[in-house]
This record gives sequence, C-alpha cells and structure tokens, in this order.
Amino acid sequence: MNRETVLELNHIGVQFGNRKVLDDIHVQVKAGEFIGLIGPNGAGKTTLLRVILGLLSPTKGSLQISGKPVLHGNRAVGYVPQKIHLDPNTPLRARDLVGLGLDGHRFGIPLPSRKRRQQIDEVLSAVDALSFADAPVGRLSGGEQQRLLIAQALLTNPRILLLDEPLSNLDIRSAYEVVRLVSRIGREKGIAVIMVAHDMNPLLSSMDKVLYLAKGHAVMGEVENVIQSDVLSELYGYEVEVLRVRGRVLVVGGEETDLDVLDLVEGSHCNGGDVMIQ
Amino acid sequence: MRGFFPIFFAPGFFTSSQVVNALWVGTFVAAVSGMIGVFVVIRGQSFVGHALTDLGATGASGAFLIGLNIWYGFLSFGLLAGAGVELMGDKNHRSRDIATGIILSFAMGLGALFLYFDTITSNNATVSMLVLFGSIFVMDPTMTPIVIGVGLATIVLLGVLYRPLILSSVNPEIARTRGVPVRLVGLIFMILLAAAVEDGALVLGALLSTALLIGPAAAAVRLTSRTGLALIWAAGMGILATWLGIILAYDSYEWPPYGRGWPVSFFTAVLILVFYLVSHFISKRSRWLLIREVNEK
Repeated sequence: MNRETVLELNHIGVQFGNRKVLDDIHVQVKAGEFIGLIGPNGAGKTTLLRVILGLLSPTKGSLQISGKPVLHGNRAVGYVPQKIHLDPNTPLRARDLVGLGLDGHRFGIPLPSRKRRQQIDEVLSAVDALSFADAPVGRLSGGEQQRLLIAQALLTNPRILLLDEPLSNLDIRSAYEVVRLVSRIGREKGIAVIMVAHDMNPLLSSMDKVLYLAKGHAVMGEVENVIQSDVLSELYGYEVEVLRVRGRVLVVGGEETDLDVLDLVEGSHCNGGDVMIQ
Repeated sequence: MRGFFPIFFAPGFFTSSQVVNALWVGTFVAAVSGMIGVFVVIRGQSFVGHALTDLGATGASGAFLIGLNIWYGFLSFGLLAGAGVELMGDKNHRSRDIATGIILSFAMGLGALFLYFDTITSNNATVSMLVLFGSIFVMDPTMTPIVIGVGLATIVLLGVLYRPLILSSVNPEIARTRGVPVRLVGLIFMILLAAAVEDGALVLGALLSTALLIGPAAAAVRLTSRTGLALIWAAGMGILATWLGIILAYDSYEWPPYGRGWPVSFFTAVLILVFYLVSHFISKRSRWLLIREVNEK
C-alpha cells in the first residue's frame, strides 16, 4: 500500500544520566495504521510516548510528524491518557469534556453554537457515547470515560491517535470494545493509532503491526514476524521462548525475576477468557 | 408584608453608610469566592485555600502593627504564599503537604506574636477579632473601590483562564500536549485564589473565609453538573448568605446577651452550612428519583 508516512522516528535515543532508556529507535508509521506498542514494565514505553508527544526531547536522533518537527501543542497528535481522576460531583458533563478537544487550549469561555454542538455530537456518536452525553463525567465508569477521552482527542483532528495503556483499567469485554472502536475510527478517518499496552491480547485481531519494546530497544513488524522466539530473544538480550499453546501465545522469559512482566499472547480466534500463570 | 419589612430590615438599615458599604463589598467578595471556589472543588485544592488565609492573617496582623490597612497585609502575604505553594511544584504530594504544614505553623506563630504586639500597642483586643473574624461593618470606606476592583479583576481573569484551566484540571498531560502552559495557568489560578480568599478574609475573617470559598461551591456542584451554572449558583448562594448575614447582624444590634450585636461571620457561616445541607438533601433526592426511574424502565 502506498500511504503517507505520518510519524518518523529517526534513530531516537533517550538517556537519563548514564542510563539509556531508549536506544536507536528507528520506526515509521503510516496513515491509518494500527500499531500496538507492547513491552514489559520499564521497557521505555512511557518515555517513547512522551517523545512522540513532544513533552521530552530525545538525547539522540530526531522525529517528524507528517514531515514536520514535533512541537509542544502539536495538534497532529491526539493524546488519550490512561485515566482521569475526577470527583463524582465535578461540575463537568460528558459533552463538556469532549468539547475541550475543540477549544480547550483557547482562552475565554466557550460560546455555545449550533456548529459546536454538532461537532461534539458527531464524535460522541462515533464513540457510541450519545446516551450519556449529559451525565457528569465523574459518575461514569472507566470504560465510558475512556470513550469520552477518545472522542475528545478526535475533535483535535489528529493524524495520530496516541493511547496510553487505555485497557489497563478495563474489564476484558470493555477492553475489546475500546480496541474495536479505535481500530474502526482509525480506518474510517485514516488516523494512525498507536496504542500502548502491557498485555497485547485484546489488540491481536486489530493491530496491523506490533512495536515491541524491551530494554530500550525496539523491533517493529507484523505480529507473526515479531512475536518469535529468536526475534524477542535478541531484543531482550537473553533467551525467551514464544509458546503457542491451544491457540494462545505465551512469551516465557529465562530469568525468574522477569516472570511477572511476561507478556501473555492470546490467539485472535480465542474468546477472552482469563489465563492464569502459576 | 408591611408588618414584616420593618421587622426584617431594622430602622436605618438602608440609610447607614456602613451597611451600604458592607453590602457592596460583600456582594463582590462573595461572588468572587464562590466562583473561584468551584474551581477549587474541581482541582481539590481546598486545603491550600485555607492555608492561604492563615498566612494572610499573619500579614494582616503585621500590617496593623506598622499602621497599614490590614487588607494590604492579607493580600501581600496571600499572594506570596500562593506563588510559593505553586512553585514548590507537584513533585511529591506528601512532601509538599509537609512543607506547607511547616511553613503554615511558622507563619501562624509569627501571626500570634504580631497579634500580641498589636493588642499591647493599641490597648485593645479588637484587632484580633478583625483579623480572625472579619470587619465588614468597620471597614475603611476608601478601601471599597480597591477591594471591589481586585474582585472584578479576579472574575475577568478567571473568565480568560476558563478553558485552559478546566483542561489542565482534568488532565495536565493532555493540556501540555495541546500547548497549554500548565504551570503558568496553575500559578495564575493560585494568585486568583489568594486574591479571592484574602478579599473574603475582610468580610468573614481569616478563619472563616474558607467557608465562603468552599461552602457555596460545594453546594453548587451538588445542584448542577454544568460548570457555568455551578459558577452562577455558587456566586448566588455566597451573595445571599452574605446579605442575610449583614441584615441579621444589623438586626442583632440589641439582641442579648450584651446588646452589642452579633458578628456577620457567625450568621453567614451558619447560612452557608444550611445551604450546603439543603443542596445535599436535594441532590440525594433527585439521584434517588433518577435511580427509581431507571429501574422502572
């Protein structure tokens, strides 16, 4: 496919003191692509995300979004945080939160207009949130708030949608719903989606490519090419094994201390039941 | 009505220049406190709001000592404290709370010393009452335009800051990625907060100005989920509580036990509590009705 490159990371390196957090990340993302940014805790996912958002300047390398250098307030990237903390009594309705995507960075009070209302209703309907449009945000569930945050980001009219672990606070069903929703919106609007996830299960059926981070290094490609014993072993720097058991895929590490950060990969044709590792 | 009016508004109420002055100042101070209060509730900063007036009290008692109007002491210390708290940053909530607590205790100790000196040098104890519990009836009328001016400027700036302030309160990271200078917005809000509570301290005193800040706002957010309406409700309830407090304080002039009148702060604080309890009852009731409606479907 001949699609425009929306994000280009050129040999990005980030160093805090002597500690290399990211090393030589070289990646291109095209319009409309759905990328899963996967990796264990401490792999540098958050750092990479902050670099793409323009909140952190890389020590080495450069990045471009739609061919332009990254600046603060780059509206080409729509950011969806993991969670917002609002008191149940916060006087802010769902549609007010979403409206912030339109003009939240501007000074002054928002003036109601038909066009504004229409734009807000449009994205609310895109994330299937019209039914609770007038509810106070603080009283909604984590999944509902997540959908509003996505709608909010969509109103900034982004080329890239960046979601920071959107699934980690959700039950499995809501997680699959969010993934399907985001992937549909990305395809329809030609927006590249980068979804950070600790667990890639719910993403498997939707993502075009996986960007796997471990120990500050990254490898990107299609799932079947990346989630392989030899590829991941090289990335981790020690022997890991990818096991495919009854349609499920497990990445098993060599060091005992890493057991709790192992990724559990589940085949796309499986329904999302809980998997236990002892 | 003809019988009620003179009972409620004691003779001379509207002709007393002190009362008219108090009503004007009270209106603006209550409106500003109520509106800023809504954002304080959204941002969960009520502790800071209270700390600012405590520090303001130290400034006020110091100002009295050197012969300045106490309001200048309130405002200067409040602004300094607000800026200081904000610049301490949000690196660590716990250490920030501890630092605030320690600075607060030190300032209060200093305030105690100043008030003690104030009392000795002026040979009466009213200055403690003025600083801690307010002085709206004995306010220097030349201060009125300044206090109202600060109040108006605060409201205007709050309007300017409105959207970026909400966005950074909801999630500072989103705001940052959208180019909002989050630290600066936080700092300006802290200065507005200081101006509001120190204005409030003039009416209700340092100890009770938080009541005017938090009370009406807390009641308002239970009555509506719309930000703009919450601002109007909070300002309205604050103004009503202040007016009624002034009226009742005036009425109480010949009340027992001493026949010297009761303080405005008392009445206003009680009324704010009443408003809060009523709003609590209303919101509980409407939520219950809503749940029942959903269940019946």
